[in-house]
Amino acid sequence: MSEILLKIDGQEVTAKQGMTLLDAARSAGISIPTLCHHEKLEPYGACRLCIVEIETRGGTRIVVSCVYPAEKNLIVRTRSEKIDRIRKMILELQMAHAPDSFILQDLAKEYGADRNRFEKEASFCIHCGLCVRYCAEVKKKNAVGFIDRGIRKEISFIPEIASKECWKCKECFPLCPTEALQAAYVLVEALAFPQAST
Amino acid sequence: MDKERIDQIIDKHNCEPSYLIQVLLDIQAENSWLPGEVLERVAERLQVPMTRIQHIATFYKAFSLVPKGRHQIHVCMGTACHVRGASRVLDTVQGLTGIEPGETDLDLKFSLETVNCLGCCALGPVVEIDGKTHGKMAPALAADVLINYD
Repeated sequence: MSEILLKIDGQEVTAKQGMTLLDAARSAGISIPTLCHHEKLEPYGACRLCIVEIETRGGTRIVVSCVYPAEKNLIVRTRSEKIDRIRKMILELQMAHAPDSFILQDLAKEYGADRNRFEKEASFCIHCGLCVRYCAEVKKKNAVGFIDRGIRKEISFIPEIASKECWKCKECFPLCPTEALQAAYVLVEALAFPQAST
Repeated sequence: MDKERIDQIIDKHNCEPSYLIQVLLDIQAENSWLPGEVLERVAERLQVPMTRIQHIATFYKAFSLVPKGRHQIHVCMGTACHVRGASRVLDTVQGLTGIEPGETDLDLKFSLETVNCLGCCALGPVVEIDGKTHGKMAPALAADVLINYD
């Protein structure tokens, strides 16, 4: 495997072929905030919180570090005024959906995001897809999936699979950054297989 | 819709998981909606998880998970039709069929939808029923058009 040398925040970092910018930064001990990233899962690029600035042909460009492959001699900045501003906006938009999420609140404190900036539309799910992807890729059960699209997109359990598989697994529960998943599970349990839960 | 017919449609597409949307479209075209048992059969034969099928069936407007009427009414609400009084036409159609947009009446005669442009703005206001375009509609003409369908 060939080694790639790049510069992240002024620090020389060696990355292996096929690594993303996020992998490279984390291997060098540089932290980038993420919500939808999980090491066991394929990169997804949903939350956009891991954006970084790269230098290309004299200018700079914002890319999503969890899906952007490491390139030779790339100059990367993980914090800048522009990145902080965009991350703050992303957090504020997500907090309109899940204002009381602990992960979001911690990040909001760091980036100075105001949880009340946008009108609340408490759907609680921020569509990071962690539960859906974990169930499909790691557990291969496909008990939970997305339905609908756009502003109506939400997670939905398949009751037939959930009643058989979920009670003994529940590995997706700690993954959820907002606890919308637990609520969705309790709802499907109450509606579709109440006798199993008692 | 019987099992053999679904299997026929699936076999026509060589049981390929990547033909999922085509299979669903064919079933939708024949049955006018996608019942739960049909989706389960498709999931079983194509070896596609039910979550994926649900995601696709709810994502595209072409698919319906509830029964549709024998006749599909599309009332155009595009700018040109709107200016020429599409909302009054819609009101009349709603009154005649007794259903709101997105609904189907109890005896499965009509399903009503609003659309945003049918691409023939010069004919506005336009109402499309089962693919046939009725141009220059007016509230007073709606009853004469709808009476031809049963």
